[in-house]
Amino acid sequence: MYAVNYHRAASVADAAKLIKTGDAKLLSGGMTLIPAMKTRLAAPSDLVDLSRITELQGVRVSGKTVTIGAATTHHAVANDEKLKKACPALSHLASLIGDPAVRHKGTIGGSIANNDPAADYPAALLALGATIITNKREIAADKFFKGLFETSLKDGEIVTAVTFTAPAKAAYEKFRNPASRYAIVGVFVAKGKDGVSVAVTGAGDDGVFRSKEIEAALAGNFTTSALDGVKVPAKNLMTDIHASADYRANLIAVMAKRAVAAANA
Amino acid sequence: MSDVSLMVNGKRVSGAAEDRTLLVHFLRENLGLTGTHVGCDTSQCGACVVHVDGKAVKSCTMLAVQASGSTVLTIEGLANGADLHPVQAAFKEHHGLQCGFCTPGMIMTATDMISRHPEGLDEATVRAELDGNICRCTGYHNIVKAILAASKTMKGSKGKAKQAA
Repeated sequence: MYAVNYHRAASVADAAKLIKTGDAKLLSGGMTLIPAMKTRLAAPSDLVDLSRITELQGVRVSGKTVTIGAATTHHAVANDEKLKKACPALSHLASLIGDPAVRHKGTIGGSIANNDPAADYPAALLALGATIITNKREIAADKFFKGLFETSLKDGEIVTAVTFTAPAKAAYEKFRNPASRYAIVGVFVAKGKDGVSVAVTGAGDDGVFRSKEIEAALAGNFTTSALDGVKVPAKNLMTDIHASADYRANLIAVMAKRAVAAANA
Repeated sequence: MSDVSLMVNGKRVSGAAEDRTLLVHFLRENLGLTGTHVGCDTSQCGACVVHVDGKAVKSCTMLAVQASGSTVLTIEGLANGADLHPVQAAFKEHHGLQCGFCTPGMIMTATDMISRHPEGLDEATVRAELDGNICRCTGYHNIVKAILAASKTMKGSKGKAKQAA
């Protein structure tokens, strides 16, 4: 790791000032950034640590509205009792990220700001029609996730929370790479008042996306049999050493079916 | 450089460290606590697991300065004098180690796991929770046995066993 200057932000306003220092980067759980710095894939001059800012912590559920502070860890999301009742699919998703030690540090804000094409949270937020709140504005999830490791965040903009309306039914099914535990394909289905949304992670050439074919099949018939024979095109899907685009296309339909079964269970 | 102040295994310690110093290196090189190991150095193998403010974390993926102000428990802080912690005793009893390299991380993960599951553990949960700890000798079988046995012992003697901080 190259030399770096560490700053611990006391508040979001403090972090917004500190992030203007040199070529600074925001540090939350550090579960991606620190490994990237160790391999010199990232070499910020300064780090602004958000993890101790209390206003960024915690899960709030008010009626059907769920708001999760950006620095809330995966462990906290997975174990929040109110969230388990309001949107158990999201608690379950958080429990599948990395391993217990990683979940103790990694945060929802860090995950979505990084937008790894195989990360779990982007699929959930896209399918839930979530809003990403920053220190400057509110951004709809479908405008936020822009591509591989790309978001619509501007330089120095800080994610402070995400918010969504709890769906009537939802589930996440993940086909994990047996070595890395990242999603080869992860499918989040949500059925809410605006219909059915289905978002896919791990598979898209351009990161997380919504599957029109699966959504069309499930609209008006939210059952596994509605997905019988549904084909997802392999166009724009990733091919790598783990799986071909065709294999991923098939897996999307399989994981969607499992997710619908879990959501209806 | 920053001043790093920690409470490690019940003792207040402090020292200057470069901001890029990893917590594991601060523990091993500045404090001489070499029980915490660096295995893969890529946050996968878990040989570096310690508890920071009561939670198991990978100390190779955390800066020492990030932990400043926190309470840290390492493998050296588990035993009560000459009396092994119940998890250490169970690893010994059930042959939960061969070469021993992964053992400090396994034990720190196990104590964290047991404290998060006061209702008790089953084999499937133990295996799932060991996701982030890699052992190349044992095939995990006796590690799982040891953790299940320790979980039972600690459940039976709540309050007597020194719980993970």
